[in-house]
Amino acid sequence: MENMLEVKNLKVSFDTHNGEVQAVRGVNFNLKKGETLAIVGESGSGKSVTTKALMRLLPKPHGYIKEGEILFEGMDLVKQSNKQMQKLRGKDISMIFQDPMTSLNPTMKVGNQIMESLIKHQKMSRGQAKKRAIELLHLVQIPNPELRVNQFPHQFSGGMRQRVVIAIALACNPKVLIADEPTTALDVTIQAEILDLMKDIQKEMDTSIIFITHDLGVVANVADRVAVMYAGKIVEIGSVDDVFYNPKHPYTWGLLGSMPTLDSEEAELFAIPGTPPDLLNPPEGDAFSSRNQFALEIDFKEEPPMFQVSETHFAATWLLHEYAPNIEPPASVKKRMRGIASTASGPKGDEQ
Amino acid sequence: MSQEKLVEVKGLKQYFKAGRKSIVKAVDGLNFDIYKGETFGLVGESGCGKSTTGRTIIKLYDATDGEVLFKGENVQGKKSKQELKKFNRQMQMIFQDPYSSLNPRMTVMDIIAEGIDVHGLAKNEKDRKNKVYELLETVGLNKEHATRYPHEFSGGQRQRLGIARALAVDPEFIIADEPISALDVSIQAQVVNLLKKLQAEKKLTYLFIAHDLSMVKYISDRTGVMYAGKLVELADSDELYKNAVHPYTKSLLSAIPLPDPDYERNRKRISYDPTNHDSSEEPEFREIRPRHWVLCTSKEFEQYKQDLAK
Repeated sequence: MENMLEVKNLKVSFDTHNGEVQAVRGVNFNLKKGETLAIVGESGSGKSVTTKALMRLLPKPHGYIKEGEILFEGMDLVKQSNKQMQKLRGKDISMIFQDPMTSLNPTMKVGNQIMESLIKHQKMSRGQAKKRAIELLHLVQIPNPELRVNQFPHQFSGGMRQRVVIAIALACNPKVLIADEPTTALDVTIQAEILDLMKDIQKEMDTSIIFITHDLGVVANVADRVAVMYAGKIVEIGSVDDVFYNPKHPYTWGLLGSMPTLDSEEAELFAIPGTPPDLLNPPEGDAFSSRNQFALEIDFKEEPPMFQVSETHFAATWLLHEYAPNIEPPASVKKRMRGIASTASGPKGDEQ
Repeated sequence: MSQEKLVEVKGLKQYFKAGRKSIVKAVDGLNFDIYKGETFGLVGESGCGKSTTGRTIIKLYDATDGEVLFKGENVQGKKSKQELKKFNRQMQMIFQDPYSSLNPRMTVMDIIAEGIDVHGLAKNEKDRKNKVYELLETVGLNKEHATRYPHEFSGGQRQRLGIARALAVDPEFIIADEPISALDVSIQAQVVNLLKKLQAEKKLTYLFIAHDLSMVKYISDRTGVMYAGKLVELADSDELYKNAVHPYTKSLLSAIPLPDPDYERNRKRISYDPTNHDSSEEPEFREIRPRHWVLCTSKEFEQYKQDLAK
């Protein structure tokens, strides 16, 4: 499959009073046409900063790309001028933000906000743009689009507003859509509707999506591939089945283990002890080592490289080194993994 | 589990005026009991009235109608200052947002000791200090933290401070209003484990309000589902998740995303349409199985029973 986006050794830093905060410390991934890549991680892991860097939307002058390449259809976005980026944003790459309450302009009619990019990028007349805006509202399943197009954001509910934000993002048929926690502010039932909508639209338009979230349930629902971020790095990346059914990195174990399942009766959740490291002074060795109960001596000294587990699956942990002791995931996590795998193996076997 | 009732909520109504003429019925006729030593979970979408319920129980609002009995005594209604003080010691609250529920200009010592001071629980300055140190250790922080200010803490640590503050007056009943929603996944588990540990040690009773059903299921003995100001279903947590009968509960359960890709690929979402209910009579809260209650009309009751028998 064709790569829409290739990110190579991306490093992003922020200058603060206390010194340089290394928010993203060498991230590599690619995004294929028509796929959804989910990026998961805690707050402060650098997942949002990574995508802001892709859009070149880092706050200036404190935030800057220190190193690396972002190749979009062979063009390095890091080297583009602001003017050129403006031509790309909203047209080839667009973004959906977390909070639909603040990402819409409260003083502008919803229709005009959708029409903005159509008039700017696609040089439509106002009449054409309005027609297209109504079509888009229809696409995101807003009832009575002819009427709604002339209303203001405050006349929409939270879920409806997020639909409008999606309509704006989709207006110019972008090739890449970046969704930064698009459903976090919504109720579960509304969340399920928005996720279904995004998947339907993706199928129709063959858009590539980068989906940022901290909810592993949502990841399992939308993603084709998953990248787990910790302290500014990708620690594990693979297909959604690789990461959920065969996780290799202790941090991924921790994330999976800390979510209760609906059918099991654990006495205690597997919690990751401690808090994420300070990226002002990133720790020596593996950034996760101080919270990692399986940490080896080498974890405190040297950073692990990416080990290849299978064709699609990579993880950065010394546990995968050939000399490493054979360590199994904690019992609670393992039971759960096996639990999941056993319920899953039936239908999967039939397909193959 | 003992079946002694600690909190009884009877016909609780909480209306708010919205503008001159319209009234918002945030809580509209709630009935339930919370037994001593249990965790009672309350779930529902935003705006269903679950937080209002918590706040009315602890008397942050004056109820429009109905009563809340705590150990047989009415919480609502007029109270002398002394009665109110006594009541406040027994019931405490943990709030959702650890960023806005702690005074940024007070040190951790003063925040936690506030309740101790109000109720005069410390004999002298040294006793007060020791009590705070002990509380900090109970919630997994240490005494060096006492001189710091809230902004020096992370979200998870702040929520621990909120818990320490609630524990300071030795309450019997704690209302936790979305205590983990603002926290990261890995930190959520830490806080939930802490709440469970404290419950076992101090024989606490919790009202746990949340919208994250998987967490509620994990922590609660019984769970109530609220919709539009009313309880629509109430049962032991396991029973509720296995044998939900009310269509709203079913739709809510079907919407939870689970960290299991295969399950997600085959998931069938059920949507809820409140107009589909039998409108021939007023629905009532009926016991469909022992300890399993559902809001329904008599016709629906028969149908739900048949559904369950299948």
